[in-house]
Order: sequence, then structure tokens, then C-alpha cells
Amino acid sequence: MTFNLALIALLDGVSYASLLFLVAVGLTLIFGVLGVLNVAHGSLYAIGAYMAATIGSWMTAQGFSPWLTFPGMLIAALITGVVVGGLMERFLLRHIYDKDPILQLLITFAVFMILENVQRMVWGVQPYFMAEPLRALGNVRVLGIQYTAYQTLFLPGMALLTMFGLRYFLRNTLAGAKITAVTEDREAATSIGIDAKQVYFITFVIGACLAAMGGALATPTTSVLPGMGANMIVLSFAVAATAGLGNIEGALLAALMIGIARSFAIYIWPETEVLMPYLIMVLILLWRPMGLFGAAQARKI
Amino acid sequence: MPRSIILVLLGIALLALFTLPFFMGTSVTFATIVFSKSLAVLGIFLLLQAGQVSFGHGMFFAAGAYSAAYIGAAWSGPDLIVLTVIAILISALSGLVIGLFVSRYRLIFFAMLNLAFSMVLFALLEKLFHYTGGTDGMRVRRPTLLGAEFNRASFDLVIYYYALILLVVAAVLVWLYLRSPLGQALKAVKVKETQLEYIGLSANRTILAAYVFSAILAGLGGLAYGLVQGLATPDLTFWTRSGEFVFIAVLGGIGNVIGVFAGTLLYEAVRFYAAAFLDDSWQLILGIVLIVVILVVPSGLIGLPQRIMGALRGRTSLHSQKDRNHD
Repeated sequence: MTFNLALIALLDGVSYASLLFLVAVGLTLIFGVLGVLNVAHGSLYAIGAYMAATIGSWMTAQGFSPWLTFPGMLIAALITGVVVGGLMERFLLRHIYDKDPILQLLITFAVFMILENVQRMVWGVQPYFMAEPLRALGNVRVLGIQYTAYQTLFLPGMALLTMFGLRYFLRNTLAGAKITAVTEDREAATSIGIDAKQVYFITFVIGACLAAMGGALATPTTSVLPGMGANMIVLSFAVAATAGLGNIEGALLAALMIGIARSFAIYIWPETEVLMPYLIMVLILLWRPMGLFGAAQARKI
Repeated sequence: MPRSIILVLLGIALLALFTLPFFMGTSVTFATIVFSKSLAVLGIFLLLQAGQVSFGHGMFFAAGAYSAAYIGAAWSGPDLIVLTVIAILISALSGLVIGLFVSRYRLIFFAMLNLAFSMVLFALLEKLFHYTGGTDGMRVRRPTLLGAEFNRASFDLVIYYYALILLVVAAVLVWLYLRSPLGQALKAVKVKETQLEYIGLSANRTILAAYVFSAILAGLGGLAYGLVQGLATPDLTFWTRSGEFVFIAVLGGIGNVIGVFAGTLLYEAVRFYAAAFLDDSWQLILGIVLIVVILVVPSGLIGLPQRIMGALRGRTSLHSQKDRNHD
């Protein structure tokens, strides 16, 4: 493997890891606060991608500047996260917080089935593309290699922005403090007047928006296809579990490990590409059963 | 319900199933698919007794189907008995290896790690094209039974009875297992895991034993499924397939072995008719059914008659009490 090829694999891996991080951090945030593992998270990713492709191609057809597809992707993610995520929390999850975690898992699995079907009804089975943002940003030279600026700069930038944004939000704002308080001890938080229901709702919507954002930002680099949500939920779980469920900073590291390992596998031994994420997860979990940064719990998991 | 009535009802149901091909020949294949899936669901049912769900039992299902495909490819005239023994061995062995790892975890981790393993198998089956036939899968050769060869039509009957007998035997074994000390310990994992450890039993071992058993059940289900379809494809181990098994187990009700069969029958029927009449919305309908079942009838289909009867009885007793008050 030449240096150039390794560099391309690295850049590829980092850009993929950035998307993976956005989705996984949403999953892990929701799990950390609500204690629900949302299987439908993958559907939010897919719907975000479809929405972005739809809005993007509508904008292009209207003759808008390609730069406007960037806010277009953001709007797609927000609409998806707030509408789909909001409805899901308000009308379904809210009623099952006191139920067995297995039943919660199954409810979100049922939502996944429903959303998967709705997706096919709305968007059909043909692939969608939207390359405008990729073209608008052009290429950059990295150590003698031409690579798209979208993947080298924009995606990792968004991932870092999200991580630091979330950190700041959770540590330095009132809403963030409320979320942290409810996560630590729901009863105590409620007794000092924090509306736990509202906190759950907001957290879920934020997590849903992050998944949809991952999907929207993935649109310029991949074709949007049925089944992408089913694959993403598994991958983002692998990232979240490797990091330790509920851990935000760890998710970035785990996403990088898995993303880079995967892209090197593509160049060296393509058959193992899909295996890489699971291999890493299983190895890490054999070594540290609660994930890299997971705190040991008293026989709960 | 008194025990004797249940036994009589069971006897009637069994008689109906064993004579079904004589008066409803067209539904034999459908019924065989229901039996083979019921076997896998039985495996999920077993783990549910410990409060654990596996979102990855599709891997053992696929292992059963692919083992038949490989043996058929390597050996021109495989026998059904040999296939059965090999499928049991392969699924038991893979269940043991994977079980050693996943039995250290509970609940969400248990569910999702199983899912991850099944996706590894899915990826391998899809990518190692030269050995597995990729997405198209592998043909499963029609086996002989004790040396006797069959044509397509009579083989359908053979596999129908084969799957039915497997299912009945498996259901009885699961029932016996749950009444044995090992099964009692399994149920204890769900509610009182720490206490189980205090009396000197290992919860992980208890789960491991049930896991291997459930892997064998799923493997046999996969074998029957592969034989009736004549094909083994990677999507047998895609995680949504495993999700389907869990779905059916919960739909049927986790309290009773019979619920497994009722659940699979209802699921496949909804799927079949919804696909026929409503185009492409069976997933939507099943998703809604699952939510309704969990929220409204958590005891599943099998608990439904009891609930209805309980509700009716509650009302009548209320009435009689009122009447008495009038007197």
C-alpha cells in the first residue's frame, strides 16, 4: 500500500467516521438520558437523507445557488428530527418509560418497521443523488492529493462542532444542566421542579435531529437507498457500545476507530469491510465489557 | 381452564395438523413455513423466559439452511436424517461459541450483540461470493429420507410432516426443559439473578445452556425453511429477520409454548394477506399490530382468551352481586 493510497483511505475513513459519529452520538445521548435504545434511529437517518435529497433537488430545479443546498440539508435534518422524532416521543415513547427495557426495544423496532414502510411509500425504491454541496466546495490538496473539501473539511468540521456544541450545551446552559440533572437522578430532579417529561422530549428531539443530520450530510457522498437505515442502526450501535453507551466524547473516538479501520479494509481486503465495525466492537467488549469509557454498573446490563 | 380441556383441545389441534394435507393440500407449503419459523421462535421464547431477547437468531436459522445447502453441494444424495444431525451439531457448536461471549451480557447488550454477530454472518455470506453464492444464495438439494427418493410434490408432504414432528417434539422438550431445575433457574434469572448466584448457580451458565438449546431450535427451523424453499440466502440472517422472530414470540405471548405457534400462524397470515391485498404495506400493519399488542395485551395472543373470559366473568359476577343486593 503506497503512501498516497493510505492517505486517501485515511481521509475517507475520517469523513465516514464524522457521519457515523453524528448518528451514534444521537443514539448514545438518547440512551444516556432516557434509557431507551432507539432502533428507529436508523430510520431517522434514512429519512433525513431522503428529505435532504428531495429538498436539494427541488432547490436545484428551481435554479437556486448550489450554496443554498447547505442550509437546505440543515432544514431537512431539523424538519425530520422535530416532526418524526417529536411525534414518536410524544405519542409513543412517553407511554413506555416505565416498561421493561425489552418491550421498549420492541416498540422502537415496531416504529422502525413502520417508518421503513412509510419511506418506501413516499420515496419508492429508486436511488436518489444530490452532489451539489460536494461540487460547490470543490477540491483541496492534502499532501499532494486532491480530495473533496466536503469530505476533508466540512464533514469533520461538523462532527467537531457537534461534539463541542453538545459539550457546551450540556455543561454551560440551563437546559443542559436540567438534562444532566434528570440523567443523574430523575426523582431528585423532579422534586426540585424540573419537568422531566419536557427534558425527555427535548433530548429525544435533539438525538433525532442528530441522526437526521447524519443522513442529510451523507447524501452528497452516497446514494440514498432503501435499507440504509437498517444498516446504520447496527453500525451506530457498534460505535456507541464500543465507546460505552451514553458516552459522548468516547463516541467520537470509537467512530474514528471504526471509520478508519473500515476504509483501510476497503483498500486492503474489501471482503472484510463490513466485518470491521463488529470485529472492533467485539474485541473492545472482550477487553472492557462496558465499552472503552463505560462505567461499570451493578449487574444491570 | 381445567387441564383435561386443554389436553383435549391440544389433541384436536394436533389431529387437525396431522390430517391437514388431506383436505387442504394447497396450504401445505404455507404451513411448513409456519412450522419452521415456529421452531426459531421457540428458541426466542426460551430465552424470553430469562427476560432476554436475541436480535440475532437469524444467524442460526441461516446456519441451518446453509448447512443443508453445503452438504447438498458436496454430496449428491444427502439424507434428511444426516442433514438433521449435522444441522443440530453446527448450530449447537456455533451457539456455544457465540453464547460464551453473549451470555456475559443482559438485556439491551445481549440483544444488540446477538444482532451484531448475525450481521457479521450476513456480511460474510454476502461478500464471500465464491463460497456462498453471494446475495443469490445457494440451492438446497432435495434430500432422500432413509434412502427413499421423492419428487417435488411428495417431498412437500415429507417436509411438512418432518417440520411438524420436529416442532411437536421441540415444543415438548422446551416444556420439559422449563419444568426442569435448569429451566427453573432460567426463569429465576429474569427476576432474581443475584439470589440465583447466592445459591451457587451461575446465571451466565444457565443462560448459556438455554442459548445453545435455542440455537439448535433456530438451526432446525432454518434447515426446514431452507428445504421447503429449496434455497438458502443471506437475508435469513439479516437482523430484521431475527427481529421478526422476537416480534412473533411477543405477539404469541411469553407465558406459553402454544402461543409460539399461534403467533407465527397469525404473523404469517397477516403478512400473506396484507401483501396480497394491500400491496406493500404489510410491514406498516405488522408494526402497528406489534405496538398495539405490547401496549394493550402484554400477555400476547395466548393470554387473550383468558383476558376476555376474565373480563366477562368479572362483569357477570358484578351483575350477580347487584342482583343479590336487590333481593
